[in-house]
Amino acid sequence: MDWVGWAILVVRVAIVFFGLLISVMLYIWMERKVIADMQTRVGPLRAGPRGVLITLADGIKLFFKEGITPTAADHPVYAVAPILAMFPGFLAFCVIPFGTSVTLFGREIPFQLADLNIGILWILAMTSLSVYGVVLAGWSSGSNYPLLGAVRSSAQMISYEVGMGLALVAVLMYSGTLRMSELIAAQDTVWNVIPQFPAFVVFLIGAIAETNRPPFDLAEAESELVAGFHTEYSGIKFAMFYLGEYVSTVTVAAVAVTLFLGGWRGWWPFDGAVAWIGPLLWFVLKITAVIYVLILVRATLPRMRYDRLMNFGWKVLIPFGLVWVMITGVVVVLPQEYGNRGRYIAGAVIVGAAALATLVAPLFSHRPASEAEPGGQPEGREVRA
Amino acid sequence: MSDYYSSYGVVLAVLTAGALLVAVAFTTARLVAPNAPNREKLTTYECGIDPVGDGWSQSHVRYYVYGFLFVIFDVESVFLFPWARVLESIGYAAVVEMTIFIGILAVGLLYAWRKGVLRWA
Repeated sequence: MDWVGWAILVVRVAIVFFGLLISVMLYIWMERKVIADMQTRVGPLRAGPRGVLITLADGIKLFFKEGITPTAADHPVYAVAPILAMFPGFLAFCVIPFGTSVTLFGREIPFQLADLNIGILWILAMTSLSVYGVVLAGWSSGSNYPLLGAVRSSAQMISYEVGMGLALVAVLMYSGTLRMSELIAAQDTVWNVIPQFPAFVVFLIGAIAETNRPPFDLAEAESELVAGFHTEYSGIKFAMFYLGEYVSTVTVAAVAVTLFLGGWRGWWPFDGAVAWIGPLLWFVLKITAVIYVLILVRATLPRMRYDRLMNFGWKVLIPFGLVWVMITGVVVVLPQEYGNRGRYIAGAVIVGAAALATLVAPLFSHRPASEAEPGGQPEGREVRA
Repeated sequence: MSDYYSSYGVVLAVLTAGALLVAVAFTTARLVAPNAPNREKLTTYECGIDPVGDGWSQSHVRYYVYGFLFVIFDVESVFLFPWARVLESIGYAAVVEMTIFIGILAVGLLYAWRKGVLRWA
């Protein structure tokens, strides 16, 4: 690579990096404004027009705050945890295509940092890395609340990760590729959200749980655990957690857009030199829409009880994900084997599976005999949950 | 091949950018943030009263059980991803085989369920 290539690389990385930071800034403002609206408050107003610079002001404030490391903390791990929490969101965003490409200096520059051949796997790997920041922060704080928050959230994150992985497998089977650019190419007629709607729902629920957003924010349930895993953190270290959490949310929305909502695809009346603006705008628009839905969920639903959360993950989401993977497998293969007749058989399989699920589901809704009192937790003995 | 390495090189560049951000942020904070620790300030947070007991308390064994279950299903997805990639080229034999595999796993999950492992309270 010559020096122009290097320069382009640096500029690309810088643009994506700062773009992500700015989007986080705007998104936090949007979240506060929307929630304020729903609670008939006005929300942030002072910093910048309509309070748009509130996040920047908050960030600058955190620079000037003292960073406290409690005596009981495990110092090296305590310092590393917030850094570990910040990276995964940025790294996962590497593989997201956010537009087509533009030709500059006689080179074609794709609007995607790295078109890895293992795109979906990369996203799954990076989102699961974020659990390390949470666990290490909670463990190293040397305090009860963070420890409880960390243990809870790690159990929650790994549970919902399985469901999310199953949704990703279904998408992968349907489009037959792990590469993000090919995934977008495969959605040129129909967005994946239509044939893969159940997977989309599973993915969205899993994503909300993975990013520790309400109603699944048990890790930082402020009414019982103060702030969960980051109780002891202050100053710039706390800012890192905050940043990491919101970058992950933006990234997860971007992943949902890319896998299910056709990525940057849309309609754009202009061509030629400015043709690249359209896809970019569509991508931003779609991400904003997904994030708006996430905010709506947050504003609408109360926090879930922890046992229900785990029950839902293991008894509903994962079995459903497994069944959906099998159904997708049949739907993908049957038309190949039997031609057009296969489509009817595939339809029949889906209807049959749905009917079977409706019949079987009530069997599991009431408590099985083995869950009655004997063998359960003896009364009066407190064990922390 | 060079394409393969160059795409991971970009990932490395993002990692470097992140490291730079962290370095700049922490250095700035070190320069501008006050640093006046005292004994009270460095105690573990407990709403103003003195903390009781050790911070590293016992947690319930069921977290461990969930950890086990997770590992099982994570290994499963290791098998699931390559299978999903080649599904179309192998055809219905792949679907039948994976149905058996997932069926065994589902029976395992059902067993854990009936044993009350998934019960929280």
